[in-house]
Amino acid sequence: MDLQTFLQQFVNALSLGSLYALIAIGYTMVYGILRLINFAHGDVFMIGGYLAFYGVSMFLMPWWLAVCLAIVVTTAFGVGLERVAYRPLRDSPRISIMISAIGASFLIENLAIVLFDARPKAFPVSSLFAANYVIGGVHVASVSLIIPVVTAVLLAVLLWIVHRTKTGMAMRAVSTDIEAARLMAIDVNRIVSITFAIGSALAAIGGILWALKYPRLEPLMGIMPGLKCFIAAVVGGIGSIAGAVLGGLLLGLIELMTIAVLPELTGYKDAFAFVLLIMVLLVKPTGLLGKNQGEKV
Amino acid sequence: MKKIASLLTLAAVAVASVSLVSCSKEAPKAEVIKIGVFEPLTGANGAGGADEYDGIKLANKLFPEVLGKKVQLIAVDNKSDKVEAANAATVLAQKEKVNAVIGSWGSSLSMAGGPIFAEAKIPAVAVSATNPAVTKGNDYYFRVCFLDPFQGVVGATYAFNTLKAKKVAIIREVSNDYSVGLAKFFADEFVKLTGDQGAVVATADYNTGDQDFTAQLTNIKKSAPDAIFAPGNYTESALIIKQARALGMNVQFIGGDTWDMAAFLEVGGAAVEGAVFSTFFANDVPINKTSEAFLKSFREEFKKEPSAVSALGYDAYLVILDAIKRANSAEPQKIRDALTTTKDFEGSAGVITINAERNADKEAVFKTVKDGKFVFLTTVKPK
Repeated sequence: MDLQTFLQQFVNALSLGSLYALIAIGYTMVYGILRLINFAHGDVFMIGGYLAFYGVSMFLMPWWLAVCLAIVVTTAFGVGLERVAYRPLRDSPRISIMISAIGASFLIENLAIVLFDARPKAFPVSSLFAANYVIGGVHVASVSLIIPVVTAVLLAVLLWIVHRTKTGMAMRAVSTDIEAARLMAIDVNRIVSITFAIGSALAAIGGILWALKYPRLEPLMGIMPGLKCFIAAVVGGIGSIAGAVLGGLLLGLIELMTIAVLPELTGYKDAFAFVLLIMVLLVKPTGLLGKNQGEKV
Repeated sequence: MKKIASLLTLAAVAVASVSLVSCSKEAPKAEVIKIGVFEPLTGANGAGGADEYDGIKLANKLFPEVLGKKVQLIAVDNKSDKVEAANAATVLAQKEKVNAVIGSWGSSLSMAGGPIFAEAKIPAVAVSATNPAVTKGNDYYFRVCFLDPFQGVVGATYAFNTLKAKKVAIIREVSNDYSVGLAKFFADEFVKLTGDQGAVVATADYNTGDQDFTAQLTNIKKSAPDAIFAPGNYTESALIIKQARALGMNVQFIGGDTWDMAAFLEVGGAAVEGAVFSTFFANDVPINKTSEAFLKSFREEFKKEPSAVSALGYDAYLVILDAIKRANSAEPQKIRDALTTTKDFEGSAGVITINAERNADKEAVFKTVKDGKFVFLTTVKPK
């Protein structure tokens, strides 16, 4: 492989990986607080994409307004989901809440099929994001530049919230011990709602960026990215924000680079993610950055 | 806990026995003729299945009766999934006990249902499943469209003669029997035409539902082909072309009948301009009276342009109705026997003659994308 091809593949991978990273953060935050794998995260991601789509194509909003509204509504949706499906089960065995998450996921997917129609929809991409740049023979779509930047900015904001604000401190306290946090007069319900709000907002942003990069919306579009990002979160060390980002980038890189180097394995592309998951779980069950309990959110 | 479990089991048994009883009570009712619609209404092929179903529904609305009995459509969703397809076929054959089946979009899905229909001795008519294996060795599976060996040959001939391509790359949807089969027929013919064993310079694969193809395309870019043959699902194909353009590849794309969907244009946008593909039917030129009537009532009913598979779905329904009329019976076995003798039946997408292999001999249509619309290029007759 010559240098130019390698750089092109690297750019392709970086763009996909940072998208994975963005969505993986949402998984990891919810897990850090509640020890709950929010299986409906991928579906919240899908809702975000669809809301932006309807904002632009049905209500003819300018794209920035549609995007902002989509993020706000998706956030409200995520918080509502927690209240309806997870909060009543908070003191039940872990397995019940997990089954509730799976049920919520199926419910949202099938509701979306009824509401949004199963036929794929084309996401209207603003010309601002459709530009292409050629840098030293490497073709870069502007979305591929925007995604890593958005991910980096959001990562910085999140780390700031978690480590430098009162709410963040409360989140870390709830993550360490819910009962003790409650005794310290922390409103656990509020903190959990905030966590879900942040997680869902991230899912919405991820969904919209995903739709900009792959402008095809369908009700089941969240399943595979949801699974992959869950894997990314586990590989990075579930509960660790930096780990989720690392896991996402790693997953994007492994997926595309394996195809680049061994094209005959393309058919097994999705399997790489799962092989990676199994290997990490065998060798280092806490994930790459998962050892530091204090960092957990 | 144990008590609850045993109570639940009891409840489950009670429910099961009640439903069993109600099933056996319903069985003798057979006043209507049931035609099963075996289509993917959700999942990756959802739009294709829905389009075929539109054509079938229209035909059912215009011709709701045969032999003085009402024809009822029973639609089951095979969810674009081979395992679900087998379940859906079983529902049609065992539970609904349909007289005949139409579908499915997608050869793989049809093949998953095939043995189940054959075992229940229910005739099935595939609408747009073009892989030879769908009807091969299955005495109960028919089709109203052409086959992939034919489509592969005309595609390769078009690439070589009209587009003057000397080197091609192929992108296959590797989990789809249709795509893999068509790619092979195309490659074989193209190598024969050019007389060059290395005429296919690169082959790349992807899976149904994939969204990122940049790695495969970057690999293909190195070998600089004159054209890329990418038979596969319409939305994936549109994304492939879009991503190829973003990678600075201005190469000609060629596809098959699966691209003939509005979703291909919507997702692809400006990127798919100039793409060429073979298909079953052109809606800008009505070819006969059935075709004219179909186009008119379809536009009235759905307020949109029909896709090729809608026309074929319409034809599949009419072919079954014709067989029931000729057999003067709605018994599945008799419908099956009458289907084998279908000859010169005027369908909306061309004349249908069912041959000894239960396939239809039909001509292929070439279309391209111009100004965001499908435009008719030429027709190619079977040899």
